[in-house]
Amino acid sequence: MDMQVFLAAFPELMKGAWLTLQLVGVAIVIGFAIALPVALLRVSANPLVRAVPFAYIFFFRGTPLLVQIFLVYYGLSQFEAVRESFLWPVLREAYWCAIIAFSLNTAAYSAEILRGAIQAVPHGEVEAARALGMSRALAYRRVILPRAFRICLPAYGNEVILMIKSSALASTITLLDLTGMARKIIAVTYQPIETFAAAGVIYLVMIFLFALFLRWLEGKLHANRKPAPGMPN
Amino acid sequence: MSDVSLAKAPAGDAAPTLQVLDIHKRYGGLEVLKGISLEARDGDVISIIGSSGSGKSTFLRCINFLETPDAGAVKIGGEEIRVRQDRKGNPRIASHRQIERLRARVGMVFQSFNLWPHLTVLQNVMEAPVHVLGQNKAEVRERAEALLAKVGLAERRDYYPNHLSGGQQQRAAIARALCMEPQVILFDEPTSALDPELVVEVLGVIRNLAEEGRTMLIVTHEMAFARDVSSQVMFLHQGRTEEQGPPSKLFTDPDSQRLRQFLASHLH
Repeated sequence: MDMQVFLAAFPELMKGAWLTLQLVGVAIVIGFAIALPVALLRVSANPLVRAVPFAYIFFFRGTPLLVQIFLVYYGLSQFEAVRESFLWPVLREAYWCAIIAFSLNTAAYSAEILRGAIQAVPHGEVEAARALGMSRALAYRRVILPRAFRICLPAYGNEVILMIKSSALASTITLLDLTGMARKIIAVTYQPIETFAAAGVIYLVMIFLFALFLRWLEGKLHANRKPAPGMPN
Repeated sequence: MSDVSLAKAPAGDAAPTLQVLDIHKRYGGLEVLKGISLEARDGDVISIIGSSGSGKSTFLRCINFLETPDAGAVKIGGEEIRVRQDRKGNPRIASHRQIERLRARVGMVFQSFNLWPHLTVLQNVMEAPVHVLGQNKAEVRERAEALLAKVGLAERRDYYPNHLSGGQQQRAAIARALCMEPQVILFDEPTSALDPELVVEVLGVIRNLAEEGRTMLIVTHEMAFARDVSSQVMFLHQGRTEEQGPPSKLFTDPDSQRLRQFLASHLH
């Protein structure tokens, strides 16, 4: 392995890593904003309401992310109506197509993670909230969702990490994310091992930093797991 | 701190604090409550006893509509909630807001405490007065701290529930119910989940509340305690009130043969 080539790849790859972070960051935010209402529909007492998001989750969990990206990027432009709509300036950009596909994909998984967590909140705690006069909405806001977020944090963190890695698929629709940038460098240098090794290192560091953040967040949100004040460890 | 000290209305013909009328409840084909009524005046402590399956917990949970009764009514503070039936015969409650208002006036203490584990003891106690009643945070905090001191948890206010013993958790749960300044407090077997040596401390707190003149309904298996603190005792059997009266009568000279048998197996 040529260390010179390995090291030389970093400056360009960092630009790609920045795009990866953008794609994942925006997709996670949008995805979560979609996942929350979808999860709430999924726990409704009404079977008809529960069925509403079923098709959506069924599709996005049942098909490969790559297929979803292609459907958005190549598929939507097939429709005259889409090309003529006011959304076209957005939908013709590979950048936004990737974000749309990532967001919808991660939202489907996140919604199921969140649904499981909401249902895992012990019934007695919910009952205590209701018995104190909380409306359903207030009980969700003050007790159920704060508890559910804590319960689902490890699983949700996993989903984000999977999303960081899946974002490499953005390179298939011309985007120069971390993987896309690596492929571009290789097209010039013909040094795939060194370049992909460098890209791999950057992925590892990104995910390591995110895992650290996750651990810190868990510690902060689960203050009750620490020993009590003034108690021996 | 008038809210913590006792404020007892003059006795006499004042309207009952809480009236529960003819509660019916069935699960499928099983009729659990066959028409139970109850009236609590200010300062009454009513113990509800009976063997398991007699419907006593279900009855208590129907009073604040944690279970929806199939028929009946609950009246508190001049407001009445009556259960009506829809065309299919399912119970219907006209207004969820009304039930939330009722629950804010009726405190409940559960067998399994049900504190919120992500909040400290003090936050648990402050949560509902601040967010349900919209009271001023500083005032609620002052009241919550006074209540925690009263149940002997002043030093534990910044602890999380999982750092407390069962008895401490239950005392915190009692403080949480009290902080809403309820007109009536419902206790659903408050000591059944506790180790024997912790039962005493919780019963001590409830006894103090009784002496303060709080209006309380207590579902319990602690017969000696019920005999001590109650102004009234209700014995439920198979979904009906089998016998009701002052503890001196029920525990020493019951009319009902079933109550005699029940007491024989519970009083040693």
